This record gives sequence, structure tokens and C-alpha cells, in this order.
Amino acid sequence: MSVDELLTTPLYDLHVESGGKMVPFAGYSMPVQYPLGIMKEHLHTREKAGLFDVSHMGQAYIRSTDGSDPAKIIEELMPSALAVLKPGKMRYSVLLNDAGGIEDDLMITRTFEPEGSLYVVVNAACKEKDYQILEEKLGGRITLEPLEDRALIALQGPKAESVLSALAPEVADMSFMEATMVTLEGVVCWVSRSGYTGEDGYEISVPADEADAFARRLLMNDDVELIGLGARDSLRLEAGLCLSGHDFDASTSPVEANIIFALGKKRREIGDFAGGDRILAELASGVEKVRVGIVPAGRAPAREGTDIADSDGNIIGKITSGGFGPTYGAPVSMGFVPAAFAENGTELNLMIRGKAHSATVTATPFVPQRYKRKQV
Amino acid sequence: MMTKYTEDHEWIAGDGDVVTIGITDYAQNALGDVVFVELPEVGATYSKGDEVAVVESVKAASEVYAPLSGEIVEVNAALESEPGLVNTSATEGGWFFKIKLDNAGDLAGLMDQAAYDAHVASLD
Repeated sequence: MSVDELLTTPLYDLHVESGGKMVPFAGYSMPVQYPLGIMKEHLHTREKAGLFDVSHMGQAYIRSTDGSDPAKIIEELMPSALAVLKPGKMRYSVLLNDAGGIEDDLMITRTFEPEGSLYVVVNAACKEKDYQILEEKLGGRITLEPLEDRALIALQGPKAESVLSALAPEVADMSFMEATMVTLEGVVCWVSRSGYTGEDGYEISVPADEADAFARRLLMNDDVELIGLGARDSLRLEAGLCLSGHDFDASTSPVEANIIFALGKKRREIGDFAGGDRILAELASGVEKVRVGIVPAGRAPAREGTDIADSDGNIIGKITSGGFGPTYGAPVSMGFVPAAFAENGTELNLMIRGKAHSATVTATPFVPQRYKRKQV
Repeated sequence: MMTKYTEDHEWIAGDGDVVTIGITDYAQNALGDVVFVELPEVGATYSKGDEVAVVESVKAASEVYAPLSGEIVEVNAALESEPGLVNTSATEGGWFFKIKLDNAGDLAGLMDQAAYDAHVASLD
């Protein structure tokens, strides 16, 4: 695809004006970094607040055609407890194929509409595929309305609350994985307390034609810097969060991907979802390979595709995400190993450019998550 | 002291048959924050164009190719603990290695400052 054919987000002009280094990503021209650089952008987000343009991601409404609960219907393809979601509550889930493999991961929120309709956010690279799967498998019972006229802005970091609550005090009262309608600078936005950095923060769905002015308004606060896709990736890696299509693909089950938390407690006993037989069997008898955190002993980053070997030199797995963790201060990785090698503390070798580098299986997140969970 | 350049944004400094090699300011700027440099072994020999080192930024790994043939006589151990020197001091403290050239006359075939400046200008 040539650069001319790339799509742009409503914040494209702001990126270019801010010195963003634009690269093709999932069919869009997106900023991989700004003049600050990936390292400083990463550290700034953990210290203050980062503004991320994630408008390339897919936003859509899902409604049922017969007035029944659309969450109940999509539960056929997603193993999370979705029907129980109350208005303004959201969940992380995965879209499964019939073999129990993960086609994509996504966020599902119950809106305040009386019909109980759902607002979903899916990965940019998967949105056409996801919509097609939902239409194909559930079409007739649900309607899916992509929200092409909305931008999505993430504000992440310990200062996110003070920055956003200066415009709308009520956002300070939201807890992690809650969402609501908020008027920001006279613009009605859909705000959730969520993100992909391991930090507290918000994702804000803004009408496309208001997005530029809104982002500039947030950037007037000295605590806020624009953050590119490079730091977005290093932040989510340190937080131990999966990248769709890398840390899992359509052949990987949620048990293998080690995201069992996405399975509803009751649902993981019944298996009433696509691929339920496989997933129940894996929960009962274990899996052959599983995603783990891996920390290389030296300074050489082990990137995606790096072979993992045991101490005898046998190749036993592959790194699926890896790089330098700016906050961790050393390289960090995630990859798949046989269950016998999955215990924290297990010594492995990483074959970086043909040479074995020692590494240790390590619990994720590598950097503690700092979500603002509801106090109980 | 004479400094020469390659199209791959390496600098080569020295007058005799032992020269010091690093990457240019343009290169470090394009790479971004350097977090690791894999240096060659002292005593190893390389032919022009061989992969001799790897420089890793937060985002990606990039190969460094031997600009001329020769034997490695010293590497910059400081880069092990402080790879960021490549960013902060690309042409001084951030040097990579010293190589004893098989044929010092080959230096004449590399770009001088003016030619390199023109090369960089043509890229933007």
C-alpha cells in the first residue's frame, strides 16, 4: 500500500504539526513517535499524562434486532460474563472462533440506552474481520453500527485524572472499567476509565470534527504530552498486556494466552461459547504451551520471533513481544513455552542472532499496574 | 585527523591503518533512543559489507556493516553500560570499535564531509 492510500485520523494535522514521525499502521498513517522520542514519551506517561490518538481502532454499537439483550447473543462468541454487565460497566473480552482460537480482543461496554445496547472497541487491524465474523455468525439477531464519525483519544498516566477532571469534575469519581457520557468543553463525549498502558487513565470517544480542538485543549495542560505508537507498545508490554495478532492469533486459546481472567466464572464451568469444548478441556487438563513473561539476563532485547531454547539448546518456543522496558530499565519479553517451563524462575535461553542469552520466566506485569479500582 | 563517511551513515576517523568507527548524528537521530549495542569481538576479522555490529533502539534492531575490511583491535566497552552515548555523543564517546585496515588506501574511496553532507541533504 502506498502512503497515498493510507487512511488518516481526525488528528492527522495535529500529529504532523507536532513533528510526529508518521508510519503506516493497520492501513492508517499514524505517529510512531514525536520529537520527544519513544523513551521520554514512555517515561512521561508513567510520570504525568500521555495523550494517544487511537482513532484508528474500531468503535461500534451492537444492538439486538428483536429487543432482547445483545450481550446475551454475543456471549456465544465471547467467553466473558457480558449479559450481567450493568449500564456504564465494561469488560475486556475476546472474539473466539469455533476452534476456541482468539480472532481478536476487545472492550465491551453496556451503554445507558434503554435497549441495553453495547459499545465495543476493537483493534484497528482486525476491525473489518471482527465485524464480518459478528455479522456472519450472529447476523439477523444483532445489528452492528460502526461509528466512523468518532475519534478515540486515550489520556493515560497518574495525572490523567487531574487533567480531565479540570474539564469535567465527575470523571474523578469513575472507577476502572466504568464508562459514562460526559460533556467536555461543550462536546458530548463517551468516556471510559480504561487504557492499554497499565496506568490509570481514560479513553474518550469524541465526534470526529471536535477531536482536534479537544486534543489541543488537553495539550494546553503542561502535564500532557502527545505519545506515539512506539511508546504505546513499550507501555503495554511492561504492563504485560497482549497485542492482538502477536501475543495470540486465531489458533491460540485464551488459556494458552494466559488471559483466563477474561473468562466469566460461571461460563468457564459450562463452556457455553464458541470453542467451549477445547477451552473446558484445557482448563481441566492444562495446555501444551502457555504465554509467560520472560526477562533476558543481559541488555540485549529479545524481540518478536526470537527462538526460546531450553538449557540443552532444544528450541521450545518463541518470543511474541519483546523490547526494552524504559520504566523497568532493562529488556522485557513475552512468549510461549511448554507448560513444564512456565513456572516463574525457570531458566531459559533466548537465541538472539544465533547466540544463546540466558533469561528467566518472570511474572507479568513487569511494572505494577496502577488502575483506579473501585474501593470496597 | 581525517574523517570519512559511508552511505549507511557510519563515520571512520583516523590517519593510519587503525581507524575508529561509529554512526553519525543523522543515524542516531533516525534510530532514536539506543538501548543496546552488540559489538564485535576483538581479534575478529571482517570483510567490507559484513555485519559487524547491531544497534538496538527502543523500537528496532539495525545492523552496522563493516565499511572496510580489517581486524577489530578495540571495542568501546563504555557502550555496554551506557548505550545512550550513541545518542548523546555519536561522533565521540559513542564510538563503536577500532579496526586495523587490510588496506589503508581503501579510505580514499569513502565520502568526505562535503560529500556526506550532500548525501544527507538528498535524503530529506
